[in-house]
Amino acid sequence: MTDGARSLTRRDFFRLGAAAGPAAIVAACGWDGGPVLEPKLKAFGRINDWVGEKIWFSPTRMAREYPVSARTPMQNFPTYSITYNRTGSFPTPDNLRNWSLEVGGLVRNPMRLTLTALQTLPSLSYTVKHHCVEGWTAVGTWTGVPLSSVAALVAPKPEARYLRFDSFDSRYYNGWDLASAMHPQTILAYAYNERPLMMSRGAPLRLYSPVKLGYKLTKYLSAMTFTRDRPGGYWEDQGYPWFGGV
Amino acid sequence: MTDRPLVKRHHGLVRLAHWLNAVFLVGMVASGLQIYNAYAHFGLRDHPLALPNPLDGNPIPQWARLGGWLAGGLNWHFALAWPFVITGLLYLGFLAFSGEWRSLLFRPRDVGPALQMQLYYLRLRKEHPAQGKHNALQKAAYTFIVALGALATLTGFAIYKPVQLAWLTSLFGGYELTRYWHFLTVWLFVGFTLLHVALVFLVDPASLRGMITGWYRGRFPSHD
Repeated sequence: MTDGARSLTRRDFFRLGAAAGPAAIVAACGWDGGPVLEPKLKAFGRINDWVGEKIWFSPTRMAREYPVSARTPMQNFPTYSITYNRTGSFPTPDNLRNWSLEVGGLVRNPMRLTLTALQTLPSLSYTVKHHCVEGWTAVGTWTGVPLSSVAALVAPKPEARYLRFDSFDSRYYNGWDLASAMHPQTILAYAYNERPLMMSRGAPLRLYSPVKLGYKLTKYLSAMTFTRDRPGGYWEDQGYPWFGGV
Repeated sequence: MTDRPLVKRHHGLVRLAHWLNAVFLVGMVASGLQIYNAYAHFGLRDHPLALPNPLDGNPIPQWARLGGWLAGGLNWHFALAWPFVITGLLYLGFLAFSGEWRSLLFRPRDVGPALQMQLYYLRLRKEHPAQGKHNALQKAAYTFIVALGALATLTGFAIYKPVQLAWLTSLFGGYELTRYWHFLTVWLFVGFTLLHVALVFLVDPASLRGMITGWYRGRFPSHD
């Protein structure tokens, strides 16, 4: 047996570099796939949306609840608003006193619900973990009306398959699958940590659910519309996964 | 050297899986680092994990990222995850079906030979221990990397669906800890790959040809 194979020659170093080079180029420069691949990647994301909705999601599986003592201190739970990021102040509806939630679309009884009307409906309160798409988590207590109770009031038509949530925060909006919207822990929240929802948290009313990522939880709600076609979303239109379930 | 016979060493499926995996793994790591970059910390917002992370708060350099921004990174990661997992399952299926797993799986009886092999590498033993297709240390490495692939996949699913797969997430110690394990697999993959490529050139350069064409004319047996 010769010993030649065991010593590293200059040529071997060259070969090593030749193998590492292409690998580095593939990963290079924060490439998003370019104009050719990027749309294909988004289209491929629809497959993952489908799998997320039809395979992973269970309409009866409850997110774990935490004791109040596990809450993340309020100042460490990030706030988020498109308007705030642009202007430095949180959005307010045109007329806060007359604010109401418009519920319509493919429903038998379209209606406008005032905050008082919503607060007279049976409420649900839970302390759950919030999952942000960025990777951070925080625990908070949210109180509101189960979305399914509001749906029962307006009676969606059988052809309704999606829900569109509109916001007065710089035209932020989200599209949801009905199954996630009707999940028992999906609520229209008006309180955070037992206090009326603050301006910074989406007052007067926001969507909350522990089965979706944070960007799916429309804050500063203005309307809720049942639709036949799949609505997009503020971030979803820019490339974020549409389903966004956890 | 020329008197060594040219022998078939790797089945086409193994070679295909190997090189596809090399590409997919680079893509998974680079898009994963893009995702990590969106929140370069571990733990709940007010409870940082008490585990070492030299990359805490340090943005990952752009050359190491794939996707351009968080959404792009997510789309690459979730798209590449499919072929990555399918290739892995195809490879494992082939090993099981062909019986090739016997020359790769590290078993208790390989502990002794692995120590001998390590002594040889440390130059504390003169003779290269007798071996089959792979030596015991290689078996340990190839068993480890398959287990690492499984761990990366399972921890990936656990942080992808921490509510739907809550049982899996809690098996790994909860969401925050699972995200840390998932990140750790990146550096184990990177470390393995560097060592793997270095050893190919240092110990058995003929094996590179074996993994490309399937044919091998080298110093080690090609069958157990």
